Amino acid sequence: MMQAANTNTTQAEAGATNDFVTVFVGETMFGLAIDRVHDVFIPAGVTPVPLSPPEIVGLLNLRGRVVTALCLRRRLGLPARVGDAKQMAIGLEQGGETFALVVDGVGEVLKLGSSTHEPVPINLDARWRDLTLGVHRLDGRLLVILDVDALLAFGAPRHAAGAA
Amino acid sequence: MDDLLREFLTESAEHLDTVDTELVRFEQDPNNKTILSNIFRLVHTIKGTCGFLGLPRLEALAHAAETLMGQFRDGMPVTGAAVSLILVTLDRLKSILGDLEKTGTEPVGNDEDLIGALEHMASGPVGQAAVPAATQPRADIVLPPPVQRELKPGEVTLEDLERAFMEAEGPDDLAMAMAPAPLPEPEPVAPPVPAPVAKAEAPAASGGESEGGVAKVQTIRVNVDTLEHLMTMVSELVLTRNQLLEIARQHDDSTYKVPLQRLSHVTAELQEGVMKTRMQPIGNAWQKLPRVVRDLSSELGKSIELVMNGAETELDRQVLEVIKDPLTHMVRNSADHGIESAAERKAAGKPVKGTIRLSAYHEGGTITIEISDDGKGLDLSAIRRKAVERSVASQAEIDRMTDAQVAKFIFHPGFSTAKAVTSVSGRGVGMDVVKTNIDVIGGVIDINTQLGRGTTFTIKIPLTLAIIAALIVKAGDLRYAVPQVAVLELVRVDSTTAQTVERINGSPVLRLRERLLPIVTLTGVLGQEQNAETIDSGFVVVAQVGRQRFGILVDEVFHTEEIVVKPMSSKLRHLSLFAGNTILGDGAVVLIVDPNGIAQQVSQGSQAGGMPIEAEVEEVADTDAKATLLVFRGGAGSFKAVPLSLVTRLEEIEASKIEWVGGRPLVQYRGRLMPLVPADSSIEIRSEGTQALVVFSDGERAMGLVVDEIVDIVEERLDVEISADRSDLIGSAVLRGRATEIINIAHFLPLAYDDWARGTRKTETRTSTLLLVDDSAFFRDMLSPVLKAAGYHVITAGSAEEGLSTMITNGRIDVVVCDLDMPGRNGFDLVAAMRKAEGRVAALPVIGLTGSIGPEAIERARGLAIIDLVAKFDRSGLISALSEIQVVPLANAA
Repeated sequence: MMQAANTNTTQAEAGATNDFVTVFVGETMFGLAIDRVHDVFIPAGVTPVPLSPPEIVGLLNLRGRVVTALCLRRRLGLPARVGDAKQMAIGLEQGGETFALVVDGVGEVLKLGSSTHEPVPINLDARWRDLTLGVHRLDGRLLVILDVDALLAFGAPRHAAGAA
Repeated sequence: MDDLLREFLTESAEHLDTVDTELVRFEQDPNNKTILSNIFRLVHTIKGTCGFLGLPRLEALAHAAETLMGQFRDGMPVTGAAVSLILVTLDRLKSILGDLEKTGTEPVGNDEDLIGALEHMASGPVGQAAVPAATQPRADIVLPPPVQRELKPGEVTLEDLERAFMEAEGPDDLAMAMAPAPLPEPEPVAPPVPAPVAKAEAPAASGGESEGGVAKVQTIRVNVDTLEHLMTMVSELVLTRNQLLEIARQHDDSTYKVPLQRLSHVTAELQEGVMKTRMQPIGNAWQKLPRVVRDLSSELGKSIELVMNGAETELDRQVLEVIKDPLTHMVRNSADHGIESAAERKAAGKPVKGTIRLSAYHEGGTITIEISDDGKGLDLSAIRRKAVERSVASQAEIDRMTDAQVAKFIFHPGFSTAKAVTSVSGRGVGMDVVKTNIDVIGGVIDINTQLGRGTTFTIKIPLTLAIIAALIVKAGDLRYAVPQVAVLELVRVDSTTAQTVERINGSPVLRLRERLLPIVTLTGVLGQEQNAETIDSGFVVVAQVGRQRFGILVDEVFHTEEIVVKPMSSKLRHLSLFAGNTILGDGAVVLIVDPNGIAQQVSQGSQAGGMPIEAEVEEVADTDAKATLLVFRGGAGSFKAVPLSLVTRLEEIEASKIEWVGGRPLVQYRGRLMPLVPADSSIEIRSEGTQALVVFSDGERAMGLVVDEIVDIVEERLDVEISADRSDLIGSAVLRGRATEIINIAHFLPLAYDDWARGTRKTETRTSTLLLVDDSAFFRDMLSPVLKAAGYHVITAGSAEEGLSTMITNGRIDVVVCDLDMPGRNGFDLVAAMRKAEGRVAALPVIGLTGSIGPEAIERARGLAIIDLVAKFDRSGLISALSEIQVVPLANAA
């Protein structure tokens, strides 16, 4: 599963490197800046929230804190996963609130320099373009770097009118 | 910014607020040395600290103000102008402090204008003395007892200050330039190190609480964030405890139980303790009000008295923060819109000085705050007009609305009926913000207004927002928490039992004690798939929001639990149906349903034509008003009823005994002739067998009401639909599930005796006018004929307000009969208001009608000089009570 591990060779060339936590959704590998990731855990006991934006899976109890769980698949406009394989969640923090990003799986942490970094390809789906910061060329596969703030910028306004 | 400066800022802000209040008091009471010393000490402290910290601008200002106050102390007369000047100076001080807080340095500026004015005033005592302060018309503010603030550690006593003050160079010759140099020794108050002085004095001063001035209670300043964090941690602890309890419930291992019990206790106590640290007296939010009212009254040229009660009532600081501004706004509004100008008040026969009354008290888990004024009241007709003009509601809707509903329009955004916009209010901003703020913290606001008599706003808010009792329910696959405050009762519904859900055009309703309750399914409002059959069984949570009642149908009800309210995520905050979320004992996250949100959904549904909602106006009021009724069959098999209290006897007579005299049926009854009247025109008086009669009697007269059959005696909560078109009926009601007509005895009595209603017996002399105040139209209609028959001219009123205004406008009223158990302002309130009124209204004799005569009621009645208490259905008791007091007004009249 972890082919990405041995691609960690390019770092020497670049001066500055960044650490990314890798996550999987379907066949795609995504990277999240490590300083934004607080937790990695298995989401359990999720309480769905009726009338909530579709991206939101529900609320869950993470060590006594109520955390809003959102689904990366839905956020990216991908179809729901078939079968009931175990899911993983990444704890992200924004503005004092904790969110859980539900993904298919979590890989290891990669140290990557700027040499493998590429801008977002212009032909990418508009939705994806808004959510990504760039792409890293790794051996045999690509790592799409996600923009955490963009990921968490969704919701309220669209629904406010209906729910008021 | 260093800690010293921050400490100084906090303290100075507090001191200045105190000085504000004290000065206003001082103006009223210029001879009170205590207040003056208090003010003097505070300003002196500020001045001293400024010098210490090197803040020349502040120091110069404080010095100039102190100089003027020094003159007061030396006997210079206190004038309104001088106090105003000092107040302006304080405002300047505050603004400089504000800048200081923002930037960390004293802003550049020149205060020569103020300093000059202050010095001028201080140096010209003779010119000022010409204006005697006491005779100036101005705000009369009655404040709670003087602020006897105990010294904080590090502060010094007044005596020490005095001494230091005397020893140091006098303020008059203290040159401004040499400010930092000659600091009186004990002045550096800012460092929060407990001074030995305070410590030494603390034990000595025990017992002298009201003396003040000596540090007794040791306090420390704690950062609010620290407290908030502590609160959060305690909340977590509560949750963990709940989880443990849940686990212990499932296991029988008793070794856990004892320590767990103990943990539970300690946690509860800890929780209480931490909650307490967050509590603050509501007086903190009121501190600025005396000043506000003073400034307003001089600005508007009105004379206003501000009375504050219950300033010590404590509530959560979070709640306090939220209501602070609304309260100030409402007091301003009362002063501006509520209280009339002196001329208008005089013309209306009211005391020239208007009163704004603020009071706060605890009531269960809520705190009630009342803001009342004795001003002109809301002009409801103007509001109605405006509402139509602004298309807030249609004319038809407006016509149907009760006064209370109409009054609530003032909470609509952009709704101001002020004729002119003043600098104070009338811009139509504010009241909607007030409402929003109060809604946010789960409070309710009610208006009680009376044209010409004033307006009272009643705000009920929860003590704390952090922990609430909630009912845990299940709907669909999910559990939800419903705040207990909104829940009236639970009803189990099932298609096989008596309580079944019925539908009108698909909208589910439930018959609950012969009323229809609109129902929503929780899954339905939450937009989830719902099965048609699940709607028929489950539990209905009967909820009340404001005056609206509705049922929420859920699948299961578990238990009540104290839950810690956690705010909704920013991504979900737009969902008005949820008030937050919480973690239950088993660790699961559940959503807290917001009854306000559901109520909105319910009424929105009704606007769309779906759900019938009840605008509960009478409903809440009538819950206790049970009446015992005699049900009989009369005319085409229909059911009719009459209050049993009016009935003398039930008789079955031999039809053959009925005699006809002059075309009228009569029977010999107890040695007299009793006329018979059919209860309905379709009833035929029988000529054979037996005939059922309902006998009504009054004194020597009796009347037999001819009915087909006596059916039953029922005790029910009455909800009469008044019918206007038939004089023989008061209306109809549902009794024991049957539509029943309630007959109007007043219609039948004159049929038996032409003169009954006119009261021609020995009542010629009794032409007293009686005011009957009862909220229920039924009782009014029932008692009126009885009272009329007893020879009174009867005027009725449907509420305390209506009653009071009738009394004021109608000078002919001799006696008042009043239902004491009315909703809203009850009878006691009415009588209390009467006793406070002027002239004859205050002296009117009152007889109270009550459902239950307990010792407490008797006590209260005696306190209000209510002549007699009569049970609600005791007609003869009422008549005899009336005849006893009859002597007094007649004697007066004669």
